[in-house]
Amino acid sequence: MAEMWINMGPQHPMTHGLWNLRVKVDGETIVDAEPVVGYLHRGWEKLVENRMYPQIIPLSDRLCYGASMSWSHLYCLTIEELMDVEVPERAEYIRVIVLELQRIASHLMWLAAYGTDLGLLTGFVYAMRERELFLDLLQSVSGARMTYNYMRIGGVRNDLPPNFERDCLRTLDYFEKKLDEYEQIYDGSDIFLMRTQDIGYLKPADAINLGVTGPTLRGSGVKIDIRKHDPYSVYDELDWDICTHPDCDCYARYRVRMDEMRMSCHIIREAFKKMPDGPVRVKVPRNAPKRTAFARVEDPRGEGLMYVIGDGTDRPFRLKVRSPIFVTVSAVPIMLKGYKVADVPAIMGSVDMCLGETDR
Amino acid sequence: MTEEAIVDAVRKAFPEGVTIGGVAPRRIFARADRAIIYKLCEFLKNQLKFDHVSCVTGVDRIDRFQVVYHLSSYENRCVLEITVDIPRDDPEIDSISPLWGGANWHERETYDMFGIRFKNHPRLERIFLPEDTQFFPFRKDFKLGRQ
Repeated sequence: MAEMWINMGPQHPMTHGLWNLRVKVDGETIVDAEPVVGYLHRGWEKLVENRMYPQIIPLSDRLCYGASMSWSHLYCLTIEELMDVEVPERAEYIRVIVLELQRIASHLMWLAAYGTDLGLLTGFVYAMRERELFLDLLQSVSGARMTYNYMRIGGVRNDLPPNFERDCLRTLDYFEKKLDEYEQIYDGSDIFLMRTQDIGYLKPADAINLGVTGPTLRGSGVKIDIRKHDPYSVYDELDWDICTHPDCDCYARYRVRMDEMRMSCHIIREAFKKMPDGPVRVKVPRNAPKRTAFARVEDPRGEGLMYVIGDGTDRPFRLKVRSPIFVTVSAVPIMLKGYKVADVPAIMGSVDMCLGETDR
Repeated sequence: MTEEAIVDAVRKAFPEGVTIGGVAPRRIFARADRAIIYKLCEFLKNQLKFDHVSCVTGVDRIDRFQVVYHLSSYENRCVLEITVDIPRDDPEIDSISPLWGGANWHERETYDMFGIRFKNHPRLERIFLPEDTQFFPFRKDFKLGRQ
């Protein structure tokens, strides 16, 4: 039969952003695929070479609006490593709390988007509704709903507002009940199960070799989470587990994210219990020393890494960002081959694309 | 394996060409010669279980280019940073994509932004910029509009 290339995107409901997926089909079956990125490339790494270190924090928020807190956190962590800054303990706990709130908000956005991908509109509406509660919490901390500008080199901008702990714990109690409801909607839908189970198979060895990280890797049954594996902040002082699922398919990735949201609630509760009093920010030098540093974190989408070179001035000589989806999307041809064109939204939706951080 | 054991194994296998710059908990910093990078990576992957490429990137040091690798081992819980100097007039180095698929797009990006060529890369093409772009924007001598 004749083979042909189909372009999906740059503007297509499946793409979740501005990129293009070229799939080569033989009838209905995908025989080859080629992701094309670069539609959103802003030259971020070049841009920041002309800015002072504190000026880059609001820019790092813009790397991914779905998880801006974790990107500005990664940036601050890298510069703290470079300048040898010790962050006060209370600030580390606040960071863990807001990062986990951000993780839940990001996973909920994914859950909503995945609902629409598969025609489950109720799932979309419900998940977006609950995401608002987490955006409200983050707004009460930082004043903004999406790009928070809350992390600072040497701590966080300000302490938590009054009654934040009460509001947060109430939200978590409510949200955990809602999570059961989502599971009824998603797991109870035969169509959802048919469209996600045994689709988009990615075996563990391939996932590791291709550099796939985050929930996609853990959905392949590999128990790797940088929060445990290479701990930062105070994650090693909290008691929690890595969520994995052995099925290696789209359903496994869905399962991992659902479990992670529950685990995040658990982490936040524990962080509140152990959080000490004290300052939330320290003074930092203006100029960085002449050396290099790198830091890595577990973003909601996988491993984020920043590598910075200081040259004695107040601006970075070079700042490199390793974004998780950039690598994951290079691995999708393996996940797509052999499945039908109609499976593309289910497979691509399950990796939780964010083009801001992919193209940078 | 501890960080010290990894450093000892690398020193034993490569008496020349690799300099260990420092060891910290879960971190090893090294410099390597351009000629041995593929063999070094092969050794790291097969003997020392470095199974994940976190990052490959380029740096323009003005008098030379650098390629920086961040390799991590899931089993040893360790990240190895390798810095390789390459001359500005001959920016070419062996690709490590045949070993780890995860390095593929990182190397393409480095080529796209710095013009560093990776030998034996399966498909060394521009990734972010259009095919017919004539410049490499992340080089320090590429100036933005008003500079």
